[in-house]
Amino acid sequence: MEFFKIHRDIPFMRHALVFNLVSLVTFLAAIFFLFSRGLHLSVEFTGGTLMEVSYSQPADLTKVREVVSGLGYTDVQVQNFGSARDVLIRLPAQKGVSSAEQSDKLMAALKGADASAEKRRIEYVGPQVGDELAADGLKALAFVVAGIMLYLAIRFEWKFAVAAIIANLHDVIIILGFFAFFQWEFSLPVLAAVLAVLGYSVNESVVIFDRIRENFRRYRKMNTVEIINNAITSTISRTIITHGCTQLMVLSMLLFGGATLHYFALALTIGILFGIYSSVFVAAAIAMWLGIQREDLIKGTVKKETDPSDPNAGAAV
Amino acid sequence: MNRYPVWKYAIILIALLVGGLYALPNVFGEAPAVQVSVAKATLKLDSATMARVEDALKGANITADAVSLDSASVRARFASTDEQLKAKDAIQKALNPDPADPSYVVALNLLSRSPAWLSALRASPMYLGLDLRGGVHFMLQVDMQAALSKRAESLAGDIRTTLREKNVRHSGISRNGQTIEIRFKDSATAESARRIIQDQFQELTTVETADGTDVKMVASIQPVAARKIQEQALKQNITTLHNRINELGVAEPVIQQQGLDRIVVQLPGVQDTAKAKDILGRTATLEIRMVDDGAEARAAEQGTAAVPFGSERYLERSGAPVIVKKQVILTGDNLTDAQPGFDQQTQEPAVHLTLDAKGARIFRDVTRESIGKRMAILLFEKGKGEVVTAPVIRSEIGGGRVQISGRMTTVEAADTALLLRAGSLAAPMEIIEERTIGPSLGAENIAKGFNSVTWGFVAVAIFMCIYYMLFGLISSISLAFNLLLLVAVLSMLQATLTLPGMAAMALVLGMAIDANVLINERVREELRSGASPQAAIHAGYDRAWATIIDSNVTTLIAGLALLAFGSGPVRGFAVVHCLGILTSMFSGVFFSRGVVNLWYGRQKKLKNVSIGTVWRPDSTNQATTN
Repeated sequence: MEFFKIHRDIPFMRHALVFNLVSLVTFLAAIFFLFSRGLHLSVEFTGGTLMEVSYSQPADLTKVREVVSGLGYTDVQVQNFGSARDVLIRLPAQKGVSSAEQSDKLMAALKGADASAEKRRIEYVGPQVGDELAADGLKALAFVVAGIMLYLAIRFEWKFAVAAIIANLHDVIIILGFFAFFQWEFSLPVLAAVLAVLGYSVNESVVIFDRIRENFRRYRKMNTVEIINNAITSTISRTIITHGCTQLMVLSMLLFGGATLHYFALALTIGILFGIYSSVFVAAAIAMWLGIQREDLIKGTVKKETDPSDPNAGAAV
Repeated sequence: MNRYPVWKYAIILIALLVGGLYALPNVFGEAPAVQVSVAKATLKLDSATMARVEDALKGANITADAVSLDSASVRARFASTDEQLKAKDAIQKALNPDPADPSYVVALNLLSRSPAWLSALRASPMYLGLDLRGGVHFMLQVDMQAALSKRAESLAGDIRTTLREKNVRHSGISRNGQTIEIRFKDSATAESARRIIQDQFQELTTVETADGTDVKMVASIQPVAARKIQEQALKQNITTLHNRINELGVAEPVIQQQGLDRIVVQLPGVQDTAKAKDILGRTATLEIRMVDDGAEARAAEQGTAAVPFGSERYLERSGAPVIVKKQVILTGDNLTDAQPGFDQQTQEPAVHLTLDAKGARIFRDVTRESIGKRMAILLFEKGKGEVVTAPVIRSEIGGGRVQISGRMTTVEAADTALLLRAGSLAAPMEIIEERTIGPSLGAENIAKGFNSVTWGFVAVAIFMCIYYMLFGLISSISLAFNLLLLVAVLSMLQATLTLPGMAAMALVLGMAIDANVLINERVREELRSGASPQAAIHAGYDRAWATIIDSNVTTLIAGLALLAFGSGPVRGFAVVHCLGILTSMFSGVFFSRGVVNLWYGRQKKLKNVSIGTVWRPDSTNQATTN
């Protein structure tokens, strides 16, 4: 079986400007929503108490709300979680009241209203922990960006490093934009998914850059645009198939992973789809605007070709 | 060209064997069990204890699947939870005849069902996190400021004693926050006091200022000493938590330091969170002070006069008021142990206290001066103080061994000892994070994670086999090998597997297939450009290798960042993610090449490789190599 019967190189770079504009618009829209709507942060970041309660019958949310507000809590969210019988209750952090008292009191009240109420899980996070988590998340992001740029700069060239990071940060911002627009809950696992996607979709750019470098060595007569087009064309089947396989796994998580993994899988899905787009249409184009040249990548190769320890020695056909 | 030397196959075979062996315990699952460990440091677990457990089971007519003994516990495995509960009661009754003073902790647990020879190889199943097995997780913040204030308070007391011993006259010592203020009438006395403090209290630095005609000396704890105090406070709190949790009867509690001032407590299988929180959140501290026996105080005790200056009014457990001086003689820091027992002469129930060297010295001095007077042991919980006991001092007590006896029942003695032991928290703590996961949710999470991995894997494998034929099959086998290795490594390291960890497992499998897709696409490309099958395989693997390395390194950078900065669920994800990337490099390239070499490498005149359609744009005839 072969999905990709491509006769000649697809001129991806001909419309590079259009693609970059599309990216820019999506990117700006994502930033707009991030600022206007903000992320719907989970209890882990904001601090507060989260209770998951299960009932034997489909739960009456208004009744649960009544019980909760009867205890004098304001600004409480009550919603279904996963199924109609499971209810998720979010209480904001309260000063002076310990988590133990809060959740025990609430659970007793819920049991009083409906004896079938069963405690599934309780999460309490103090406000100081939330701030730290947000700070740690940003640190992790900075570490990933710096680490990947450094590696790509050493392995390839700074222009590639810049191109890859811009392309992939744009993916990250777009995922966040989705979460802001739909007000999906942004939790710690989602943060993990976002960072994993960052590492993963850089792969994609790396594969294409690798091919660009190889092409510079192989086809001495092609110009840069042709070389990029050829590199993308010859890796497109691998790009689609690899992402398709990863997406199959993520889809399986979306279907079978339940409510806990739902947003995690959703973040990965968006990340994978935009990962393909950005590495095919954005990363290489940015590298092109930055003006990559044959000389950037194969300086000193004349000497290296006689170097027996070079793994690529004699590899060129 | 496509042959592996024997040693490479040997490596693959060893990896397969070891991986299979260590992944195997996960297949057997877990069975309900009862775990017995000692509650007292003086007791030892040996084969005699095991025999007692076996006798107890026989006596109750319960058959255990296996009874085993290791360094810390005796464990008995049962077929059903019903039997497990019955067995727990029987063992409890046999080993702890006096429930008020248990010698052993009898707790419910889950044990691997794997056969003994596997356990002998130290192969055990993956350690499941709380979100998969149910239980409670707490993060406690230790109030370090309080620890420092407390230390300053006790130093102030020490300085007072020392200055009195050396006959240096001061006009008042008081604690102000975390510093100690001492006033002197003239600078000569201040100077001699400074020398004494510098000599005997090296953790303090002093600053003198003139205050009218007086000299005010401010002594503060040095930063290095402060750090040491904080470390000790944290350690002591962890030890205290250990003791308290032992009394809860939890099979495998996790009590760990996190950061500089935090403690994480995980109690798998515990559902009674209220009790757990009650025990953990008990911010009890212990103090020994003298009872004020002045006439005014007596009157205050009757309720007919105000409490005299320098004293405070507390209630005894019975409800009777006691007027106690404010000055603290000893704190829980100086108490190393408290055990219930009997008076050797009168055979009355008693509590035996053991003090550290400093505590013993102070106690001897105090008791020598106040024979016939009463001292009070106070327990402060949540800011409220209570007199645990207020015995009369009968004689000078040296050597640090203190016995409190008289008017006590055995149960009261045991209770008092427990309170005294639990009271030695160095600093108060506050719960800043709490997670409770019900047992049914844990089981559901396991099923969800398992289904995600299984169906994702099946889907990818089917696709690979259809698209790349035999090469796809080999890719799927190496993906399965990757999963096996990952499970084996996780089991070996006993890393905690959580639901995000299972998600990472699914994700890493989806990413690991990338290496094989890269290779297979490269081989096809070589075939397309007219290379011979053997050369195509060779070139395909070689060329794909550089790309695979690059892409794995970038993924690994992201994984390491998560590992370094993540906490809780993110860390569980990151561990599996990083390990999975590493094992995928081995299985996806080294192992799959080995299988391909085994299949095709020996055929000298290879004409076709089964890698699906190799489509050539230049020819109208499609060359299908199957």
